[in-house]
Amino acid sequence: MASFILLAPLLGAILCGFGWRLIGEFAGQVITTALIFAAAILSWYIFLTFDGTTQHITLLRWIESGSLSTDWGIRLDRLTAIMLVVVNSVSALVHLYSFGYMAHDENWGHGEAYKARFFAYLSFFTFSMLMLITSDNLVQMFFGWEGVGVASYLLIGFYYKKPSANAAAIKAFVVNRVGDFGFALGIFGLFYLTDSIRFDDVFAAAPKLAETQVHFLWTEWNAANLIGVLLFIGAMGKSAQLFLHTWLPDAMEGPTPVSALIHAATMVTAGVFLVCRMSPLYEYAPDATTMITVVGATTAFFAATVGLVQNDIKRVIAYSTCSQLGYMFVAAGVGLYPVAMFHLFTHAFFKAMLFLGAGSVIHAMHHEQDMRNYGGLRKKIPFTFWMMMIGTLAITGVGIPLTHFGFAGFLSKDAVIEGAYAGSAYAYPLLVLAAAMTSFYSWRLMFMTFYGKPRGDAHTHDHAHEAPLTMLVPLGVLSIGAMFAGMIWYGVFFGDEAKMRTWFAMEPAVAHGTENATEETHATDETATEETATAHTEETVVATETASEQAAHAAVAPKGAVLMLPERGILHAAHEAPTWVKASPFVAMVLGFLLAFQFYIRKPHLPAQLATQQRPLYLFLLNKWYFDELFDWAIVRPAKWLGRFLWQKGDGAVIDGTINGIAMGIIPFFTRLAGRAQSGYVFTYAFAMVLGIAVLITWMTLGGR
Amino acid sequence: MNNLLSIITVLPAIAALILALFLRGTDEAAQRNAKMLALIATTATFVISLVLLAQFDPANTGFQFVEDRPWIAGLNYKMGVDGISILFVMLTTALMPITILSCWGVSSRVKEYMIAFLILETLMLGVFCALDLVLFYLFFEAGLIPMFLIIGIWGGALRIYAAFKFFLYTFLGSVLMLVAMIAMYFAAGTSDIPTLMAFDFSSEPIAVLGLTITGGLQTLLFLAFFASFAVKMPMWPVHTWLPDAHVQAPTAGSVVLAAILLKMGGYGFLRFSLPMFPVGSDVMTPAVFWMSAIAIVYTSLVALAQSDMKKLIAYSSVAHMGYVTIGIFAANQQGVDGAIFQMLSHGFISGALFLCVGVIYDRMHTREIDAYGGLVNRMPAYALVFLFFTMANVGLPGTSGFVGEFLVLIGIFQVNTWVAAVATSGVILSAAYALWLYRRVALGALVKEGLATITDMSRRERAIFAPLIVMTLLLGVYPALVTDIIGPSVAQLVADYHAALPLVAEAASH
Repeated sequence: MASFILLAPLLGAILCGFGWRLIGEFAGQVITTALIFAAAILSWYIFLTFDGTTQHITLLRWIESGSLSTDWGIRLDRLTAIMLVVVNSVSALVHLYSFGYMAHDENWGHGEAYKARFFAYLSFFTFSMLMLITSDNLVQMFFGWEGVGVASYLLIGFYYKKPSANAAAIKAFVVNRVGDFGFALGIFGLFYLTDSIRFDDVFAAAPKLAETQVHFLWTEWNAANLIGVLLFIGAMGKSAQLFLHTWLPDAMEGPTPVSALIHAATMVTAGVFLVCRMSPLYEYAPDATTMITVVGATTAFFAATVGLVQNDIKRVIAYSTCSQLGYMFVAAGVGLYPVAMFHLFTHAFFKAMLFLGAGSVIHAMHHEQDMRNYGGLRKKIPFTFWMMMIGTLAITGVGIPLTHFGFAGFLSKDAVIEGAYAGSAYAYPLLVLAAAMTSFYSWRLMFMTFYGKPRGDAHTHDHAHEAPLTMLVPLGVLSIGAMFAGMIWYGVFFGDEAKMRTWFAMEPAVAHGTENATEETHATDETATEETATAHTEETVVATETASEQAAHAAVAPKGAVLMLPERGILHAAHEAPTWVKASPFVAMVLGFLLAFQFYIRKPHLPAQLATQQRPLYLFLLNKWYFDELFDWAIVRPAKWLGRFLWQKGDGAVIDGTINGIAMGIIPFFTRLAGRAQSGYVFTYAFAMVLGIAVLITWMTLGGR
Repeated sequence: MNNLLSIITVLPAIAALILALFLRGTDEAAQRNAKMLALIATTATFVISLVLLAQFDPANTGFQFVEDRPWIAGLNYKMGVDGISILFVMLTTALMPITILSCWGVSSRVKEYMIAFLILETLMLGVFCALDLVLFYLFFEAGLIPMFLIIGIWGGALRIYAAFKFFLYTFLGSVLMLVAMIAMYFAAGTSDIPTLMAFDFSSEPIAVLGLTITGGLQTLLFLAFFASFAVKMPMWPVHTWLPDAHVQAPTAGSVVLAAILLKMGGYGFLRFSLPMFPVGSDVMTPAVFWMSAIAIVYTSLVALAQSDMKKLIAYSSVAHMGYVTIGIFAANQQGVDGAIFQMLSHGFISGALFLCVGVIYDRMHTREIDAYGGLVNRMPAYALVFLFFTMANVGLPGTSGFVGEFLVLIGIFQVNTWVAAVATSGVILSAAYALWLYRRVALGALVKEGLATITDMSRRERAIFAPLIVMTLLLGVYPALVTDIIGPSVAQLVADYHAALPLVAEAASH
């Protein structure tokens, strides 16, 4: 069943991409969509019935060389199951949505076929993403990692006639490759240290790595921290964290369904997934996790500030995505991997929905994306308005404080913030500030789009109309997730430790319960122990040669999809956060809302006034902290200059110059010869010369005897 | 059949002889006959080589299909293949029919053109099969002649300059290699390659002009061979002949040059340098590493600055060959496996990229990148093929380009992390220059007037690319096809190499 889920999108991509001339564009669209829907339904079946026991399915041999052995395989555990649901559900809905959104596209002339290509790319992306999340080893994960990069490249550059789209596509790919550079070095390092790149072997060796020193580049490093940092550089690229984030806003050049699927719900969360997947390593890499927390929190704050002033509706949501990914990294960084996955899970629903809703607005407004030209659309497109409203309530985290009743974002984001309070004094204030800004820019988007008077082209406003059903149904489905996903799964992701440990098939928290002797002893609940004990016998873990040399207990990978060392006690600390901490995100959210209401409903002249008063700050934010300019000045231009310099001076003047100098005696002779003789003759000389050498050697060998 | 290798090697030469002796006239029919005969001969060679592959036993790490008979003047004609060389034989026989097919449109001196390629094939196969020093040298050096001719006669405007540069570079290396071979013969008393591989050349430090040379004779011999192989690879800083040669060479010439001829250097390192001069190799390894690492970054940056498509791809080739030398001298299973894999994979990918240039050069007669733009609008099939090989060239997982690079890098990381880090940075730069090239050629709106009537690939052109795509994907998804064959021989090579090091060091200390 897992194999079918994995391969169905590939089949769809091939049939649609290569076969559409035979079967027609529409048939191609239907086939891809049907296959993904089938995969999505099966994913939900797995998700809901899965007992958490890790399963391994080997499909085919892959790279083998000496002790390195890689297979194409599937690892099915709780993390995979969660991601399967996220990827396939959003992908299926985006496929459906694209029927409507891509039906008439002004970027293409009459008779130009583009729909089948679009659907094939979408399905190809889905396949790559599934390869990434189902992988049983780091190399196959890298395959998926780069595969989604290509799919992203193709889809961002889908409107290949637009120079801006092509530039954005290349930027996305190259910036991601910077991250991949770190990821690849991490893989090499892991193989060097553990002689394997299979997850189970690596996890089994992790405690040992924490005690190993390794020489890398200029100095000695702690092995676990080094690998953790290198892998995280990969995650930063894919998940658009600070410094490697510049590609994400530009990626909005792609069609809006792409933004929803790739640049909101799935691909950009791959970095978070990677960190969670490698949790058995990160648990032993305190410095690396500190870096993750700091980078995550800084990104969450930075992206939120930029989101405050953007005018393009998609860019606002893009920066919002960037910021929310920062939240997820903070959760992972402080050691609450399930919480990171929880926010990833709920975010997928409400962020995909916000993007698809924005797509619906853009569709209604004839591809106008500047919010300054919107206004008063509430009456024109009421369904979209209500859907966007649910999305906004979800992302800003509306719920009843100090209860577990609220929209999806309320539960997951508050869990992240509580974890941040417990784990990092740096992250907590930044995340609360970011929460206030999230609320502000989300409501700003709502007010500018749906309230007030129509500001743009009157004709466009008059003709604004609700999207077709294929676009509205996905919105409706996602809104269910945005409303209820948080409440339904709060317990297993964060709220109830015993349930969580069972759900992720982790060892029960015996150590935590006894050592701390607190009221948390219910974690060692009898049923949980029994369940995990049976799971223990079922699990088979192959230890590597290296690992088997160690003590037997250390040579086995820890059970479960993620590892949370009980002695860190982070979950407990997060649960015990004071009431004012638990209420703080709600207060921040309300403040953000009130400010937005003041700015965009009650006194609409205020924003412009403030922008004039604080012009340097406004420009700084509007220009995204000038990161693009900085990178262009510090990296892109020097690289191009160096290329030209090395070519003309290095190759031309130095190397060829030297060679010419050495050959000074010979060259004039040859050039005269070449000048006089016809081209063919010159080579007779060459021939004679080499033949002469051959005769010479024959003679020499004979003489030597 | 115990003379299979000779049959494979000589078959193209016989076809060339038939062409030379019996084909008369320069009319269209004669041209067509010449091409057909060449195609049939190269295809037949390929089919026979498949028999070779089928009968090859990977578990046996010695030489197989050995032929050993007396030759002129007391020399031996000795041929044979092992796990390291057999796939180079296969690469050559598989690519030659494709090469012949790619020059279907040539109309000047067709007979001679075909003869040159057929002779070239014989000589290249000889290089990979020869097990005697003299025989190897003959094939190795003579192989240059048809290539000179192909560039010099059928090349572009500056063909004489390019051919001379090529010649001058290779000539110096050849002379040094020749001297080294004579020295080897005096030291070991034989020109038999398997015997020489087992022979311990002296590694006593010796003093030349007051300089003490660590590793002694071995280092000197290594350097002499290195001079020849490094130019062939080509390694930085002796790479500057390659871009000129590629730019001036006709499409088919570029394909053979990039896909097969460059591999002779890498093969030489594996056949001669590592097994025969382990101490010399060990002494020189750091230098080789840094030359290769610099090559990767340097040539990738230079590739960014190119405005000629062929030059860009040529510089990209130099960068990719940097991975090969790094892998070989990492001298562990992953490194050497990766180096061989990278050479084979580069054979398909770079060959295909030069063919891609050829497709549009045939239509527009220019290689200037600026002359193109928006080809995807009128040439969707071409754009897809070009994109595929661009991605394979940047080492996308799932294509053969990834496997080679990955193995090399995982190999070098165990030896030297600095070199590994610098070499890995090549993945960023390669993405930059390759995608930028693709964008300028294939993407955008089609606005240039000259391109308004350009046509997509013909059936023949598609047939040329089909096998290359299949191989690139197949090796990328199921690389065991290659690693199963080369694995045992490489393991033996690596084991012998490391066994020789302490032994020799011990002997030297006595």
